[in-house]
Amino acid sequence: MSSTTATPDTAAPPAGSGAGADERVAKRSLFRTLLGRPELGALVGAAALFVFFAIVSDVFISPAAQANVLYSASTLGIMAVGVSLLMIGGEFDLSTGVAAISSGLVASLFSWYFATNVWVGVAMALVVSLLIGFINGLIFIKTKLPSFIVTLAMFFMLAGLNLALTRLIGGSVSSPPISTMDGFELGRSIFAARIPVFGVDVNSTVFIWFGMVLVATWVLMRTRVGNWIYAVGGDAEAARAVGVPVTATKIGLFMAVGFCAWVLGMHLLFGFGTMQSGEGIGNEFFYIIAVVVGGCLLTGGYGTAIGGAIGAFIFGMSQRGIVYAGWDADWFRFFLGLMLLVATVINLTVKKRSES
Amino acid sequence: MAKKSTMMMAVAATAAAALTLSACSSEGGRQEAAGGEGGGGEGAGTPEINVSLITHAAPGDTFWDIVRAGAEENATKNNVNLQYTSDPDGARQAQLVNQAVDQGVDGIVVTLAKADAMSGAVERAVDAGIPVISINAGEEEFADMGVITHFGQNESIAGEALGERLQEEGLEKPICVIQEQGHVGLENRCAGVTEVLPETEILYVQGTDMPSVKSTVTSSLQTSDADAIVGLGAPFTMTIIEAVEETGSDITVASFDLNAELAQAIADERVLFTVDQQPYLQGYSAVDAIWAYHRGGFTPGGGQPVLTGPAIVDGENIENVLAYAEEGIR
Repeated sequence: MSSTTATPDTAAPPAGSGAGADERVAKRSLFRTLLGRPELGALVGAAALFVFFAIVSDVFISPAAQANVLYSASTLGIMAVGVSLLMIGGEFDLSTGVAAISSGLVASLFSWYFATNVWVGVAMALVVSLLIGFINGLIFIKTKLPSFIVTLAMFFMLAGLNLALTRLIGGSVSSPPISTMDGFELGRSIFAARIPVFGVDVNSTVFIWFGMVLVATWVLMRTRVGNWIYAVGGDAEAARAVGVPVTATKIGLFMAVGFCAWVLGMHLLFGFGTMQSGEGIGNEFFYIIAVVVGGCLLTGGYGTAIGGAIGAFIFGMSQRGIVYAGWDADWFRFFLGLMLLVATVINLTVKKRSES
Repeated sequence: MAKKSTMMMAVAATAAAALTLSACSSEGGRQEAAGGEGGGGEGAGTPEINVSLITHAAPGDTFWDIVRAGAEENATKNNVNLQYTSDPDGARQAQLVNQAVDQGVDGIVVTLAKADAMSGAVERAVDAGIPVISINAGEEEFADMGVITHFGQNESIAGEALGERLQEEGLEKPICVIQEQGHVGLENRCAGVTEVLPETEILYVQGTDMPSVKSTVTSSLQTSDADAIVGLGAPFTMTIIEAVEETGSDITVASFDLNAELAQAIADERVLFTVDQQPYLQGYSAVDAIWAYHRGGFTPGGGQPVLTGPAIVDGENIENVLAYAEEGIR
C-alpha cells in the first residue's frame, strides 16, 4: 500500500520529500478529492437506499420511523466504531458479538450476586471488557497468529463462559432481573433513555453513537495515534521501522473494541433488564459488514470511522425499511449479501480510479 | 500502554472502593440462604437408573430451564441419575443420542424437532432395548420410531386456542411475531392463529438480537393497523411490550409460554394472557415415565401423545401461577 493514498488527504504530506513540484503533493481537484474519499461509495449507496424506501413506503420518512431506523443503526454502529478502527489497523475481531453480551452479564451478575449498587457491576464490566480486548491483543502479538484465529477462539470461549457462568451464578440461562436495584434508573437514563427531539423520542444510544464516531474521527484525523493506526494497518513492519509503537497500537485497538462492547452491553442490560446468555452470536459479522460497506478495506490501512457509521445506517435502513415497505422478510439476508457485494465492488472501483 | 494500564487500575480501584464502601442495593439482588433445594422429598427406594435428557435447545433459551427443572425434580424423587445435553443442530443432536446408547443408559428422553435427522439414532436406541420418550416436539413422528409416548403441546391447537381467545376479546387482526425463521413449531403456532383469524399478519424478527427485535416491532407498529400483537416466547414478549409502550400504541399484547417477568406483566395487566405449554410437566412426566417403565413396564398414552397444554394464563388465574413462575417452574 502507498501511504499517500491511505492517509486521509487532510493529513500533512510526508515531510522531507523536498521538491515542490512533486506530483505527490500537487493540489487535487474537488472532484478527485471527493472520489478519493473512502466513504463515497457508501454515501451514494445510503442516499439511493433512502430515496428508494421513501418512495416505496410513506411511513419511512416520518420522524418516528427515522428515529427507529437510527436506533437500529446505533446498536450496530456503536460496535462498528471500534471494529472500523481495528480494521483500519489491519486486524479483525470475531468476538465482538458475544463480548457485548459478556459485558452486560458481568455487570448484571456481579451486582446481583453481591447485591451491590448496579454501578459497581457496571465498573466491573468495563474492566472485564477492556481486559478481554487486552488479552485478544496480547495473544495476537505474542503468538503472531492471524487475529481472525485468535478472536475466533475468544468468540467460542466467551460464548461458553457466558452460558456456563450465568447458569452457575444465577441458576438460569438468563441473568436475574435487576431492574429494582439501586442505580438501575440512572443507568437506564444514560444507556437506554428516550430523549425527545422535535416531538419524537430518540434513544440515547443514537447520541452516544454520534459522539463515539466524532471522537474516533478526531483521533484518526488529528492525532498522532491516528497516524499510527493507518501506519500499522498499512504495513506493520514498515511502521515499526519508522518508530511507530506497533504492539501498543494494536493492543490499544483491541481494547477500544472492548470499550465499544461495554457500551453496547450496558445498553442491552439497561434497555432490557435481563440478558439472555446465548445472545449475540452472529452479530460480529454484521459489524464487519457495516464497516466494509462503509469503505474500510479488509486488508487494513484504509477507511474511516464515518464510513463505518454510514455502513451501520445503511444496515439500519435496509433492516427496518423491509418492514416499512411490507416485504417478505425472507428476502432480508439476500439483500444484505447483495448490498455487501455491490458496496465492495464500488469501493474497489473507486479506489482504483482515485489511485490511477 | 502505560496510560491504558493506569486507567484500568483507576477503574479497578474505583470498583474496589465502591465495594468496600459496601454500596449495597436497597432492593433486589441475590437473597442469602434462599431456603432448601426445591422438590427433594423422600427417594422412591428403587435402584438408581441413568437417564439422558437430550434436547434441541439453543444455548441460552430460558424455556429449557423449566423443562430441566421438572426433569431434575423427578430425578431426585425417583433416584434417577439425570444427564442433560442439547444441540440445536439435528445431526449433532442425533450424535448425542448415539453417545447415550453407547454409554448404555437406562432411558432416553429426547425432543424430535428435527425428526428426520433423529430417526436413525432413536431407532438404534429402541433396537438396543432402551426405553425412549419424546417431549416437546415430535407428536406426529414419535410412534413410527418406536418411542413409547410423547409429552408435549400440539402447536397448531395452541395457536388456535390463542386465536379463539383473541376472538372472544373482539380482536380480529393480530401480528404474530416469529423469532426464528424456518422453525416449524413456531410457524405452526402462527398457522393455528391464522386458522381462526384469517387476517393474521406474520412478522419475522431476529431473535438473537434484542435491539433488532424491538426496532422491527416498532416499525411494524408504525405501519400496521393490527389490533393485537403476539410474542412466541416470554423474553420476546417482554421486548414487544417495551416497543408497544414506547410507541404509545393501544394494541393488545398476548403471548405464548411463560417466565417470571411475563407472569408479572400479566399480573400488571400489560399482557392480556399467555398460552402456556407447561414445560415443567414435559420434563417431569418424561423422566417419571422412564422410571415407571422400569418399575412395571408401564406405557402411558396408549400410543397417543399426552398433551401438556395449552393452558391459558390470564388475569383470572395469574395469582396461582405467579409465585411458581418466580420459582422457575412455570
